[in-house]
Amino acid sequence: MGEVVATTLRLAGLTTVLLLVLATPIAWWLARRPVWWKEIVGAVTTLPIILPPSVLGFYLLVALAPQSPLMALLHPFGIRTLAFTFEGLVVGSMVYSLPFAVQPIRNAFEAMGPRPLEAAATLRASPLDAFLTVALPQARRGFLTAAILVFAHTIGEFGVVLMIGGAIPGKTEVISVRIFQLVENLQYGEAHRLAAGVVAFSFAALLAMLLIDRGWERALK
Amino acid sequence: MTAGVEGRFEGPLGAFRLAADFRLAPEGITALSGPSGAGKTTLLRCIAGLIRLPGRLYVDGEVWQDERRFLPTHRRPVGVVFQEAALLAHLSVKGNLLYGARRAGGQGGFDDVVELLGLSALLPRGTQSLSGGERQRVALGRALLTRPKLVLLDEPLSSLDAGAKAEILPYLERLHRSLKVPALYISHDMGEIARLADHLLLMKDGQVTPGGPVRRIADQLAGLSPEERDGLALAALRAGLSPEG
Repeated sequence: MGEVVATTLRLAGLTTVLLLVLATPIAWWLARRPVWWKEIVGAVTTLPIILPPSVLGFYLLVALAPQSPLMALLHPFGIRTLAFTFEGLVVGSMVYSLPFAVQPIRNAFEAMGPRPLEAAATLRASPLDAFLTVALPQARRGFLTAAILVFAHTIGEFGVVLMIGGAIPGKTEVISVRIFQLVENLQYGEAHRLAAGVVAFSFAALLAMLLIDRGWERALK
Repeated sequence: MTAGVEGRFEGPLGAFRLAADFRLAPEGITALSGPSGAGKTTLLRCIAGLIRLPGRLYVDGEVWQDERRFLPTHRRPVGVVFQEAALLAHLSVKGNLLYGARRAGGQGGFDDVVELLGLSALLPRGTQSLSGGERQRVALGRALLTRPKLVLLDEPLSSLDAGAKAEILPYLERLHRSLKVPALYISHDMGEIARLADHLLLMKDGQVTPGGPVRRIADQLAGLSPEERDGLALAALRAGLSPEG
């Protein structure tokens, strides 16, 4: 059981870190560019929220399979397939949780408005400097929300990991899939322990987020 | 190329068209007044490099903009005080003051600016709990600490109530006496202009006309009978100057 928990936490942690890095420039671009067609990009990045996990999982499986064009691009790097691998799970989780990272960060950038960056520019900060020292710290609540949502959402995902991971113990088997199997085998006691653990952990994560947020608010006073 | 500031901007901005030609003396505060929508803030933003319109701008013998060059805002030694202060909310007062100072090459003059604007008690505070007048003083100090060659103030007092205005005006008068670089001060308020400005520029429909030295206007007003003064005030109103707000 420890193995399943470790795999799950590793997957959620890695997905969160990589996704925050990936989502930041997307969110920045969506928040700052005044072009109408950006909403096409906005809709694509939001699509995983409304797609059934089985649909998403199916196309991910197709994309990560050995014959796919995507994998053909990775052949020179010695990668033939990512289906039923931990790395594939990370890719799938990132796609699945992308909206949960992009939306809060985009909202935070938009709420900030252009003024703080203009002020920074008049204080001699280059655009990159202003982004790092003004935009990122001012949007930190958006980043915190994104991190918690992505982490929790990854722990909770079921359909996608089942389809592209195949529940290989020690590699791609995660808590949500294990609980399903335990219940199927009528091992309710074991299922309870895992399920209750997820509930407790999720509660603690949310509480921590709210407390950190409050602390930041107070620090500004 | 001369000392002081010389500029010209011409171009459309949405439905509005700016065609501003102006000069500022090497020292002293020049008030820029005119009706709402005349393009005062637009002109200020062009000077700061926050908007790019075709034109040219020379400040203290340096080219900030001409046909070929356009210095981005962060390369211009300009100090800007926005209408709503625009303090950086994630930094303390001291952090705001030092943000620009560090990037402009040092904290020299920090104590002088803190003293001039009475900021020492505010330094450790966050920006959220400051009063309107305090915020504008911090914004002003922050701008001065970037060692600007030109200071731009966009109606810094317009969002303040009468009490806060009365509190900050003496600081601005002290600043006026010690400021060694030109400043452009947007204001609707003739009382403020008479107290703070040396020169006056009027703006209407995107165009700038020189209004002359403020002292002479004030002197002229002083020598007039009340009827004549009212007549002049009416004429000024028609020209687009409003006595307040």
